[in-house]
Amino acid sequence: MAPSPHDTSGAARLPRLSLRGITKHYPGVAANDHVDLDVYPGEIHAVLGENGAGKSTLMKVIDGLVIPDEGTMRWEGEPVDFASPAKAHKRGIAMVFQHFSLFETLTVADNIRVALDAAHARRLAARIRDVSARYAMPLDPARYVHTMSVGERQRVEIVRCLLQAPKLLILDEPTSVLTPAAIDALFAMLRTLAADGVSILYISHKLDEIRTLCDRATVLRDGRVTGQCDPRVETTASLARMMIGGDLPHPVHRAAHAGRAALVVDALDVPASDPFGIALRDVSLAVRTGEIVGIAGVSGNGQKELLAALSGERTVERSEAITLAGEPAGHLGPRARRVLGLAFIPEERLGRGAVPEMSLAENTLLTMRAPPLVVHGLVRASRVGSRTEQTIERFGVKARGPGDAAQSLSGGNLQKFIVGREIEREPLVLIAAQPTWGVDVGAAAQIRQTLLDLRERGVAVLVVSEDLDELLEISDRLAVIANGQLSPAKPIRETSAEEIGQLMAGTGTREPQQAAAALVP
Amino acid sequence: MNEVAQIVVLTLAAGTPLVFAALGELVVEKSGVLNLGVEGMMLVGAVASFIVAARTHSPWLGVSAGALAAAALSLVFAVLALSLRANQVATGLALSLFGVGLSAFVGRPYMSVVIEGMKPLAIPGVSDLPGVGKLVFAHSPLVYASIALFVLVHLFLYRTRAGLVLRAVGESPQSAHAIGYDVIGIRYAAVLFGGACAGLGGAFLAVAYTPSWVEGMTAGRGWIALALVVFATWKPWRVMVGAYLFGSVTLAQFQAQAAGVEVSSQWLAMLPYVATIVVLAIISRDATMIRLNAPASLGRPWHPAG
Repeated sequence: MAPSPHDTSGAARLPRLSLRGITKHYPGVAANDHVDLDVYPGEIHAVLGENGAGKSTLMKVIDGLVIPDEGTMRWEGEPVDFASPAKAHKRGIAMVFQHFSLFETLTVADNIRVALDAAHARRLAARIRDVSARYAMPLDPARYVHTMSVGERQRVEIVRCLLQAPKLLILDEPTSVLTPAAIDALFAMLRTLAADGVSILYISHKLDEIRTLCDRATVLRDGRVTGQCDPRVETTASLARMMIGGDLPHPVHRAAHAGRAALVVDALDVPASDPFGIALRDVSLAVRTGEIVGIAGVSGNGQKELLAALSGERTVERSEAITLAGEPAGHLGPRARRVLGLAFIPEERLGRGAVPEMSLAENTLLTMRAPPLVVHGLVRASRVGSRTEQTIERFGVKARGPGDAAQSLSGGNLQKFIVGREIEREPLVLIAAQPTWGVDVGAAAQIRQTLLDLRERGVAVLVVSEDLDELLEISDRLAVIANGQLSPAKPIRETSAEEIGQLMAGTGTREPQQAAAALVP
Repeated sequence: MNEVAQIVVLTLAAGTPLVFAALGELVVEKSGVLNLGVEGMMLVGAVASFIVAARTHSPWLGVSAGALAAAALSLVFAVLALSLRANQVATGLALSLFGVGLSAFVGRPYMSVVIEGMKPLAIPGVSDLPGVGKLVFAHSPLVYASIALFVLVHLFLYRTRAGLVLRAVGESPQSAHAIGYDVIGIRYAAVLFGGACAGLGGAFLAVAYTPSWVEGMTAGRGWIALALVVFATWKPWRVMVGAYLFGSVTLAQFQAQAAGVEVSSQWLAMLPYVATIVVLAIISRDATMIRLNAPASLGRPWHPAG
């Protein structure tokens, strides 16, 4: 047995799950290299590591999605094979995925029903409402998943797992799109579950969360276990050092030198596009060169609609409603707006930010169709390759090369690549939606620093995020979106958490209590 | 009144091969598999049912043989496209060509054989009632079977757990696998069901509609069935509308030809196909509707990763 430093009674207690020597090679990389892991009943166990450290692969091994090359697994003391997700679920393993495993054309209730045994599926709508209300994760069982934002989808995943009454609950980055109040509620719930004997494997990059929530942590770096510790007695800095093998970079925030307005939104009205959508009402905003404007708000309050209108995916009838670089742009599509100097980092990395099946080089080419990459309509493959190589190198993307398919990269690495690709276009205006969602601390700090550097270089940056800490850290001015209406952007120093909390609650917002409680201590 | 009943009987009969084939294909596509071999499977079903019916003098044995033969052919598709991950479009097209050739080859000795076809339902007293009797109680048994199939497919897809799982598999096989479903097994079942349905459609043509065997007797109905599924935005009731529309225009153009309309018969023969597609294209303009009903992973090979 491997030593378990925290658990002194380890000899007496039987681990619920015990992994030994798990090794999984993918072409060119060892995703897991002889990983040992013990999880005891009633324990909240953190798995820490940077993007590409092998955390997700390890979780997929436990869940039966990936069969390792070597290694053994014991479940409640019995040796078991690495069969299939179906067998893992029978054992009582439930997983909340980082890239969701939801069905977009089905309703919330059907998405949950399809994952439950027939016996569990009775009186489902009522139980969904019950569980989602108890844990402050409001869900309407009749809604279609494709109309939901990322944050709302995550709630569906979590509620689905809870209704399976699991023995081992795996959560891959569960809090990245939850409000602070919802996170507190989630933690309270996880502690209750743990007290009832449920084992919890918790993957997160948020070191503070791990310190407040978890009993034990296993740290992975480059596929190997580099340490085990009790996160409650560690500091954020010491955890970070174990994880990245060095100190955390800290973003440098200098005073703003805001110039002329590069992106102006003037009394923008957009009707809801589907029955569950939010209509934007009288939205006005100006982003000047050399400043970062943040938009805070609880998921599902019009962020999706605003981003679609700004990126040009949804055009606006009154073209003066959106002015880009002095030109009316409301009627222009995404490509025409990019020509005017807009760069856009969407919330969904796969499918919107990048074509999953295409290589990184091809994804680069798709957003840069002008010379020097394309000359007289012909693609200059070597230039595309070296340009992609440059992005990979400059932004520290972990990939074998420009030929890697976008979907083969981990979430954070792909995000670094997309951010890099957009920035290399030298935009005038950059719009970023949830730029560090699901990205580890090191990469997140790097992305934030990149945004700050852009601001120094005179780019107008608009960041739409549900991570309030992030917005408070990098924004010069902050606006709040609630129920399709945007508050005036106020300089960070002239606002307070209380004020933002009240704005997030808004009048007629879907989740007044959560939003209000989110920021008022 | 009797003429109305006659028109209804003929319209339903003309639409029934499409109802079978298209409902079967709809279930296949809902599982995320695109089987373009419908025409071939219908022909194989038609020839198999005709041969067995001619040999045994039992139309019912013939119909069962048609369904089984077409299901067997669809199993070939399933092995190639699902287990061996061959391209679904190419495999389906090959299946259609193969079915056309095979049925022509096997059916050659039966070209001029005459059989006694399946009799329409005749309930003494009831079927002879004026008006209603003929309207409701005098169709071929397979016409009732096709309507029952519609009800069952609809209930299966939208009212049962198994139907929910099938739709989930067609939407996102990776998610369905992640929550523990046997994607390949479910798709096999769907493909076999679709094959059997296409076989029933062919069998209806050969032993009930025009009891005879003629090379290529489905006349492109398999392709129309494929188009129907798409233009019906994968909704069973729209498939029914399309199929009976096809049936009624088929009937109308026969009438027109009989009446000696001054339009060449080729143009008239085109009408059912054109009318069906135009009408369905118009009623299925709604993009949200398509997005909600189209199986998102249609035609994409998927296999569990190791």
